[in-house]
Amino acid sequence: MTQPVTEEQILEPVAATTPGMLRLLLSNRVAVVAGLVVVGFLVMGLLAPALAPYHPNAHHPEAIRAAPFGPAEGGHRFLLGTDSLGRDLLSRIMYGARVSILLGVVVVLLTLVVGTGLGMLAGYFRGSFDAVMSRVVDTLLAFPFLIFALAIMAATGPNLVALVLALAFKGWVDFYRVARGDVLAAREADYVTAARGLGASTPHLLFREILPNIVPPLIVLATLRMATIIIAEASLSFLGIGVPPSIPAWGTMVADGRADVASAWWIATFPGLAILLLVLSVNLFGEGLRDILDPRMRK
Amino acid sequence: MWGRFVTQRLFQLIPVLLGVSFIVFLTMHLTPGDPIEHMLGQAGRITQEQIEELRSHYGLDRPLVLQYGRFLANAARGDFGPSYSHHGRAVASVVAERLPATLELTLFAFLIAIVFAIPAGVIASLRPQGILDRAATVGALLGISMPGFWLGIVLMIIFGLQRDWLPISGRIDLAAMPEYYTGLYTVDALLSGSAPALWSALKHMVLPGIAMAAPMAAMVMRMVRSSMIGVLGQDYVQFARAKGLPETTVVGKHALRNALIPTVNIVALQTGLLLSGNMIIETVFQYPGLGKLAVDAIAAADYPLVQAVVLIYAVSYVLLNLGADALHAALDPRVRVA
Amino acid sequence: MGETILEVRDLHTHFSTYRGLLRAVDGVGLTVERGETLALVGESGCGKSVTALSIMRLVRRPGRIVRGAALFDGEDLLRKSNAAMRRIRGGRIGMVFQDPLSTLNPTFSVETQIVESLKVHGAARGREARERSVELLEAMGIPAPQERLRAYPHELSGGMRQRVMIAIAVSCEPELLIADEPTTALDVTLQAQIMDLLAEIKEQRGLAIVLITHDLGIVSQFSDRAAVMYAGQIVEYGPVAELLEEPLHPYTQGLLRCVPRLGRPDVPITPIEGSVPDMTALPPGCRFAPRCPRVEDRCGGEMPSVYRAGPGRAVRCHLYEGVGEPECSRESG
Repeated sequence: MTQPVTEEQILEPVAATTPGMLRLLLSNRVAVVAGLVVVGFLVMGLLAPALAPYHPNAHHPEAIRAAPFGPAEGGHRFLLGTDSLGRDLLSRIMYGARVSILLGVVVVLLTLVVGTGLGMLAGYFRGSFDAVMSRVVDTLLAFPFLIFALAIMAATGPNLVALVLALAFKGWVDFYRVARGDVLAAREADYVTAARGLGASTPHLLFREILPNIVPPLIVLATLRMATIIIAEASLSFLGIGVPPSIPAWGTMVADGRADVASAWWIATFPGLAILLLVLSVNLFGEGLRDILDPRMRK
Repeated sequence: MWGRFVTQRLFQLIPVLLGVSFIVFLTMHLTPGDPIEHMLGQAGRITQEQIEELRSHYGLDRPLVLQYGRFLANAARGDFGPSYSHHGRAVASVVAERLPATLELTLFAFLIAIVFAIPAGVIASLRPQGILDRAATVGALLGISMPGFWLGIVLMIIFGLQRDWLPISGRIDLAAMPEYYTGLYTVDALLSGSAPALWSALKHMVLPGIAMAAPMAAMVMRMVRSSMIGVLGQDYVQFARAKGLPETTVVGKHALRNALIPTVNIVALQTGLLLSGNMIIETVFQYPGLGKLAVDAIAAADYPLVQAVVLIYAVSYVLLNLGADALHAALDPRVRVA
Repeated sequence: MGETILEVRDLHTHFSTYRGLLRAVDGVGLTVERGETLALVGESGCGKSVTALSIMRLVRRPGRIVRGAALFDGEDLLRKSNAAMRRIRGGRIGMVFQDPLSTLNPTFSVETQIVESLKVHGAARGREARERSVELLEAMGIPAPQERLRAYPHELSGGMRQRVMIAIAVSCEPELLIADEPTTALDVTLQAQIMDLLAEIKEQRGLAIVLITHDLGIVSQFSDRAAVMYAGQIVEYGPVAELLEEPLHPYTQGLLRCVPRLGRPDVPITPIEGSVPDMTALPPGCRFAPRCPRVEDRCGGEMPSVYRAGPGRAVRCHLYEGVGEPECSRESG
């Protein structure tokens, strides 16, 4: 991430190449499929009330720990089986997509805006603001992310607002660092010097000249951060300090199934598979984006 | 020159450690309600007067900064006060009891990750886009995308329940318990010369170790691979070949040493994530370490204990990064002058 | 002249790129006599470095030596086992690269890098290796060699690094030294020093040098014969004095017109029109045809043969048909 930005990357206006980028992205079949899977999860979550065969919290006492792919029991059919309270796993997984995606998007947007904003200011104005910020960032970086979120959640107990803040508290640092580094490089670039020479105002320079050029790496980072956040949220929920228990969430479901692994493997397995599939798709899509938008970050 | 570099970095850590401890201190004040009430939760009826007395005894009536100073001074001496959930035992002694278990498991997971990731990354880099490279890439993506707790449970189902190959909870078979020397069962087993104890301790660490190591192995492998590919394209690698060195020396000495330089920092970062993994994996496998201690403490609202464990994790994480910088400087002569 | 140390015959090295097959070296042949310096001249991208790497068998994927032979002291290097080839690299054939900054390993001391070479070829070990290293550095004109041994590459100046690299290349008394643009990355004053050093080594140790360069000044001063390369082929070769005095191939003539003459401001500098052809889509006939001022009709469709043009001289150009005798049949291009 500390590699110098090449001239073409800075000089090439984003808008001019956007159709070309889209075509490149479409030619990456893996990324396209991954993107479709992500969209599939999104649709599944949004339309869960219509698609899900049962209410996610509806108990079916006659079908406790019903095995998956089995025949209909008592007039009901549970494709992926039921948990220890007789709740339909498929319905709960569909509803679970909502909270995972919602939290992922909210946290990523929040950290993206905060981190990019602070990073641009620090990179553009340097000076004491930059110095103070880099101290703060060093301190936050010294904190293991999940343990930090855990400390906050331990203090506040499971609730969505605290969860968003806990997940966002350190997440903005990554955006900050990318934005700061890119702005540092961009403020010396010819097109910025030229605009400054023409008398452009600072806000104009920051938002109209520099921002469009640092957007691609930030989009890539945002996508990949989304994957991390989904896993982090699921992990906290698994520990019982993430999403409140009344809301179906994949991490909580795996935790529910942990006690039954010996007798009912499916309860913990299926929600975990959903996490894996969603996160894997987000990662694949993000890496496809990176190959196109930000060749210097390519691994 | 190397010593001076490390000393310098040590001094730079002071503000970071202060910041970290302040955040930990603050989380206590985020808790809903009053710490005294938490402390007295089970203690039955108590008068308002007594509460005030306790409040001033613990310094909770003083300004925040002074309270922080006191917290810091106590923490530096390892004094976190009594634990609410362990019958008022000192937090420090509860923590000390669990520390070896976590240390042992984390080291074990670290070794699994490194021993797997570095050779795998090197092999993948030798033929980019080859079959092995593609397999490694897919494996790494899975490792990164898989939630650790779920991997733990799946491993448990496959190797512990479907097949009775490996234990799925605890640290050791009680029957095989070695004499106590260090609390690290593998070391104790060696010291007391007990092969069954060693075997049992190792077997108990295999599944949690793999579950904990997977994401780290994936990240480190990707890093080794990409930096090896970069380094293998360098002139000095070509020159090493032109000197007539065998390919094993060219790759294993000239290329790998340079490729490891950027890898060291990723390893440190990932070891930090390994620490986060502690809490989850120890909970999955009922492994009696610090991570599980913290999770249980959260459930019991035992805040001093949570604080102590979080602080230990944070400080280890900071020290890990220092270690990485020191190792970085040892590997790369160019850093030492700066 | 004397005995031939290296003879390259019909060498083809191709790179498969995403744009198609790139014939970086396409039927190159050359000979080097013991104790002489052969200059391989051409613009960047003409295949001179790939030729050198092919001789050393150091071409990397996606490059591949497709066919040809490289007879070193009568034995074909391209057919040797990997182990035998390794003994030759750095042992009987030394190689010096262009950029001394990137060619020495930044993480090892100078001593480690020299000693390692001595050790692997069984030339010396232990204290003897250390002593030999000091001698070598001294011979390369490095002051305070004892101290320099402990230094890391980044602590040395560019010229010093290049001397260290040459020391490593000649550490095991090679018979042939391949120097790939040894001075391109250096200042002009350093260039002369390093070239003088190479000349001195050649004199003292009697080794043959393949000097790869694009600098005609260096060619004229430091080499006995020259081969001019264009787009993967050798288009002209001969003794340096004659080749520079009376160039035959229009490309060589063009190259010479590009060089400003010191003290002769009246001679105009004329660049060669056009640009180097796309190596993945070469013209069917003469590769220089699109840029050639003396182009004829058949040049575009017919690959010229190589013609002898006087003692030790040859040229690949239709203009010399009938003037010289064909040296070999038309290459399949």
